[in-house]
Amino acid sequence: MGEIKVKNREVVVPGETLATGMDFLPSFGTYRDGEGIIASRLGLVNVEGKVIKLVPLSGAYHPKAGDTIIGPVTDILMTGWRVDTNSAYSAVLNLKDASSEFIARGADLRKYFTIGEYMMVKITQVTSQNLVDLTMKGPGLRKLTGGRILNVNANKVPRIIGKQGSMVSMIKQYTNCRVLVGQNGVVWISGEEPEKELLAVETIKKIEREAHIPGLTDAIKAYLEANKDGIKLSA
Amino acid sequence: MAYEKRFDGRGFEEIRPMSAKAGVIKRATGSGWFKIGNTEAYAAVYGPREMFPRFKQSAEAGVLRCHYTMMPFSSAGDRVRPGTSRRGKEISAVMERALRPAIDISDFNNSVVDVFVELPQTDAGTRCAAICAASIALADAGIPMKDLVCAISAGKVEDKLLLDLEYNEDSHENGVDIPMAMLHNSKELTLLQMDGEISSEELGKAMELIKGAMDQIYDVMKSALKAKFEVKQE
Repeated sequence: MGEIKVKNREVVVPGETLATGMDFLPSFGTYRDGEGIIASRLGLVNVEGKVIKLVPLSGAYHPKAGDTIIGPVTDILMTGWRVDTNSAYSAVLNLKDASSEFIARGADLRKYFTIGEYMMVKITQVTSQNLVDLTMKGPGLRKLTGGRILNVNANKVPRIIGKQGSMVSMIKQYTNCRVLVGQNGVVWISGEEPEKELLAVETIKKIEREAHIPGLTDAIKAYLEANKDGIKLSA
Repeated sequence: MAYEKRFDGRGFEEIRPMSAKAGVIKRATGSGWFKIGNTEAYAAVYGPREMFPRFKQSAEAGVLRCHYTMMPFSSAGDRVRPGTSRRGKEISAVMERALRPAIDISDFNNSVVDVFVELPQTDAGTRCAAICAASIALADAGIPMKDLVCAISAGKVEDKLLLDLEYNEDSHENGVDIPMAMLHNSKELTLLQMDGEISSEELGKAMELIKGAMDQIYDVMKSALKAKFEVKQE
């Protein structure tokens, strides 16, 4: 019979033995070495039945098909736009995936999106060589005008969004801001009142700092309640 | 002549006091600080990010790039010329080779993982401290790695085999300095250099000394990484 060497939800480091015995199965972030299952990255242990996997706590974003991301246009190509994904790989938004209107051959693409403009797009495909394709066809996918951009750790994005978007809708409700969270760790915030926009920024930074601490939702709710008039801008 | 007592009074197989921290450089993807005795190293990891210059990209796998520098005021009074040097380039290269077997960046083609190490204070064993700090930083940066790389030096002064040389021993006229790095679990050797002359039998003994010290170093690095994510009571 195998034995688990660590507690569930414990932080483990590479090289640490998580379990021994052939009846456990190594999953993401772990590998088998003889009888043992060893951690192959820094993360939180998650034991589900016999499967042991790690939930990453840190690290740069890596593009994945199906992710909705926020990024700026960095270049204009022959038939589309190059978009920064906040990772080692840039992505391409092709003409036909960007707009349903007719764009003539040789048209000036700057009329649609120009360099430096941010957009919310979805990753449709990532090849084995990490070439990334994007689409702007889908609900909520669009060019972002105004607002401010905030960079967060991409691994904390699920906590910022919350279960079925509970966390982000709570922020929206308290701060009266529009908030969009990209899975690549780029957040777009746009509000009417600067004090409340600042509260939204500080709240998201707080979530990022405390993401792995239990009882996060209550702590954030209390924080928002205590500062519901927004954060004063210092002169 | 015999070496009876170490300059700082330690036991012959005793390591200088170690301490470590993770996440010391906030803007980096991952970072680490490692101190052993008076030798102190900061490491920052950036990436995987796009590799420039482009001709150095590899379409097959990611590239690990290390950069080692000692700060101008770091040594015993002689000003170290800032920036890279012949010695710095060598150590950067052996660091890359020492760390590369532990990390798996095969999925990050055309990209680079940059490791920058700076030493604000040095008292021998800098390449080992640099490797330990870089190892913490790589783990903190979420790079997939099968194990942490632990490094320390062993050596000989006069007739005595020692662990973890300080500068007076390292620069001793009858001294031998052997820095080594290993994967902590498998004890796979990733760095082995030597300064001085030693018999093969004694080299074997020195390696055994280092193997015995691996767990101590690993534990310091492990608790540094765990401390970063500890739940603080407010």
